[in-house]
Amino acid sequence: MPLQVDGLTLVIGGERLIDGISLTITEPGISVVMGFNGAGKSLFLRLLHGLVPQSAGSVHWAGKANSEDVRRRQAMVFQTPVLLRRSAAANIDFALKVQGLGSARRRDELLELVGLSGLADRPARLLSGGEQQRLALARALSCRPEVLFLDEPTANLDPASVALIEETLNGAAADGMKIIFVTHDVGQARRLGAEIVFLHHGKVEEQSPASAFFAKPASSVAQAYLEGRIVI
Amino acid sequence: MAFGLLATADADLMEIIGLSLRVSLTALLISCLIGLPLGALVATCRFRGRSALLVLMNALMGLPPVVVGLIVYLYLSRSGPLGWMQLLYTPTAMIIAQTILITPIIAALSRQILEDMHEEYSEQFRSMNVPWRAEIAALLWDGRFSLMTVALAGFGRSIAEVGAVIIVGGNIDHLTRVMTTAIALETSKGDLPLALALGLVLLVIALAVNALAFVMRQAASKFAYG
Repeated sequence: MPLQVDGLTLVIGGERLIDGISLTITEPGISVVMGFNGAGKSLFLRLLHGLVPQSAGSVHWAGKANSEDVRRRQAMVFQTPVLLRRSAAANIDFALKVQGLGSARRRDELLELVGLSGLADRPARLLSGGEQQRLALARALSCRPEVLFLDEPTANLDPASVALIEETLNGAAADGMKIIFVTHDVGQARRLGAEIVFLHHGKVEEQSPASAFFAKPASSVAQAYLEGRIVI
Repeated sequence: MAFGLLATADADLMEIIGLSLRVSLTALLISCLIGLPLGALVATCRFRGRSALLVLMNALMGLPPVVVGLIVYLYLSRSGPLGWMQLLYTPTAMIIAQTILITPIIAALSRQILEDMHEEYSEQFRSMNVPWRAEIAALLWDGRFSLMTVALAGFGRSIAEVGAVIIVGGNIDHLTRVMTTAIALETSKGDLPLALALGLVLLVIALAVNALAFVMRQAASKFAYG
């Protein structure tokens, strides 16, 4: 599902939070979106997913403008998982039912995939942070999306959960799913990313293959970011 | 003597308690069927005049029962628009009056609860393309513990209400006499044992409703469902 973004702009309260972004993503695998706090990474993801209406510009997936139909083939995992006030299994059941895919076998497969089989009947909101995020990932995968967005899903999680989530994402990417992943974690970006999109002040500062980006970023801001320097 | 009436399960006493519960529970059921979807609708939809509707819903929570009784009386009286139905001085008329009284309470309180939940869920639901009806159903189900507390508040209001039911029910013995109207009548007649016995039952019901609401809040908190 190739992505074509042209002049994407978001203005809120007179401020250009996303400032005329144009880019193309055609390669499968994991594209990592990086940048300093306030660069517009989360907003960019929401615009791509069609959760926030843009002020100007366009987003096309395989030539189709963002719409409910397009969104049906996508899923998103938020930084703070929003789980229903039900058991872990019932959260997956809900997602499957909404998509008309309801099946206990599929639900069990998904829970097993994220290592939550033993916690199926536990109230979702009583799971640990890592378990909740894994459940959110399983729910997102339930519709077999062609594109999966993840907004810093592993921020503040335990290493075991991070490893499991990364393993699951690598598996999904290997199966042909396009993954667009926002992270602050340079190490994680190195481990996962096939391509890096570096945002700064709502603009794309750099878009490169991960190997090239980490070997020698083309932009001085990205270089500063990788070196851990503060840029205002 | 009041305890004696309760201990011997006096037939008149039981009949009055039974009718009170039947009227109030039926009114509560109808109010929930109307008020919960209405609350969910207002919580999830944005439309012109919504603010005015919110003000109206909140204002209607404080409807004076005697005014409701009077309006229902005018509609159901023989010369009223619904007089042909011959419902005045029947339990049905009392149910109608109580439904009008407690539906705004159910709708307004549930709207607040569901709106908070909707704020939390809406982005996730949009991402999942959850259809509107499924969204409403999910909110109502996930808010079930809090909404049961709302229903209990409505029940408390209806079971203790006297002004509306005495106007449209007429407090007719063996037909429309409920606990509150019986207490008023028996007190005026000086038959205090029956009034006291009914008063005790009302207090026990109020206590039970509050205890139930407390247990539900505890359960919701324990399972993180609240």
